[in-house]
Amino acid sequence: MPQLDFANPLLLTQVFWLLVIFGALYVLVSKVALPPVATMLEERAAAIAADLERARALKAEADAAMAEAEREQAKARAQAQAELRATIDAAKAEAAKAEAELARRLAAQLDEAERRIAEARAQAMAAIEQVAAEAAGAATARLIGVAPDEAAVREAVGAALAARQG
Amino acid sequence: MAAEGQSIDALSQFALTPIAAGFTNSNLYMLVAGAGISALMLIGMRSRARVPGRLQSLAEVSYEFVYGLVRDQIGHEGKKFFPFVFTLFMFILFGNMLGMLPYAFTFTSHIAVTFTLALVVFVLVTAVALAIHGLHFFSYFFPEGAPKALAPLIIPIEVISYLSRVVSLSVRLFANMVAGHVMLKVFATFVVMMGSAGALGLLGAVAPLAINVALVGFEFLVAFLQAYVFAVLTCIYLHDAVHLH
Repeated sequence: MPQLDFANPLLLTQVFWLLVIFGALYVLVSKVALPPVATMLEERAAAIAADLERARALKAEADAAMAEAEREQAKARAQAQAELRATIDAAKAEAAKAEAELARRLAAQLDEAERRIAEARAQAMAAIEQVAAEAAGAATARLIGVAPDEAAVREAVGAALAARQG
Repeated sequence: MAAEGQSIDALSQFALTPIAAGFTNSNLYMLVAGAGISALMLIGMRSRARVPGRLQSLAEVSYEFVYGLVRDQIGHEGKKFFPFVFTLFMFILFGNMLGMLPYAFTFTSHIAVTFTLALVVFVLVTAVALAIHGLHFFSYFFPEGAPKALAPLIIPIEVISYLSRVVSLSVRLFANMVAGHVMLKVFATFVVMMGSAGALGLLGAVAPLAINVALVGFEFLVAFLQAYVFAVLTCIYLHDAVHLH
């Protein structure tokens, strides 16, 4: 086995060159090769963290804007509803007032009409009494030849009419 | 160096050949491994893109893999050992992987190399432990609360187990690489021997060829795993050195 042939001087020189090469490689790797990788990885991690942080901030901002918009919308809706309700109430009040006015006017007209009817009736009654008294006086004179006392006739007719009218 | 005169020569692949000034073919592949690691890290990180390309991803994945290992095993204090563990892991990984190339030399198949690396780890671990804990470090060899009467028994056992880390660390890597490459060579030789023995032999060569294909895949696994094991154990030893138990 060549590895265990310790008489071979190359075994030792190999070790010498191994130490030289390994030592040089160690220096090269630790001083030149690794630092850029470390900074690269750190930079990338920092960049990713910063991007995430920015994304988080933007999301918070968007959430705030969203909440604000929702609040605005709710406010606008409440306002619109209040206005609508106010308008409806006003319209209702207006309608009630108009109705009351109408009712009042109708009632007045009714009263007026009733008053006129009563008046007309009273006139008619008065006229009937007159006519009836005259007719009764004329009829009496015809029948018995004596003209009755005008005042008595009128009284009797008035009583008869009053009885009839009940 | 295939079948030479119908004999299986599985070990000549490990022979050292000088290039110049005691610089061997083994050292050449160490240099190639070092160049490969440097190229991966330097060319890979040249673009420094926030969204990495393939080579940069590979460089970053290597970094984060070893970094995670060091952090998980040693803890926060492990940071300063990270360059060492990274170099060690990548050096062994590249050595093992380069060895999978045809005609390449596997420098991790040399006990002298793996023992030296293990010794570097051992010296580092011991130095770190002494630097952090001073003489208190020696309490490591006698667990707290153990009966004093057992000290003559426990202390030699602990010392031996501490020293044997070097052996186990180096022999594990060395033996794995040697065994794998010997097996590959043996089965490859079977293929050549049977293939050159007529039509029936050609048919028979299919089985060792199939085995070799499976072995190559397996050896890639071993190549990674052994580098990983070496690095993990180094981290565990460093953890012991930093925290003492």
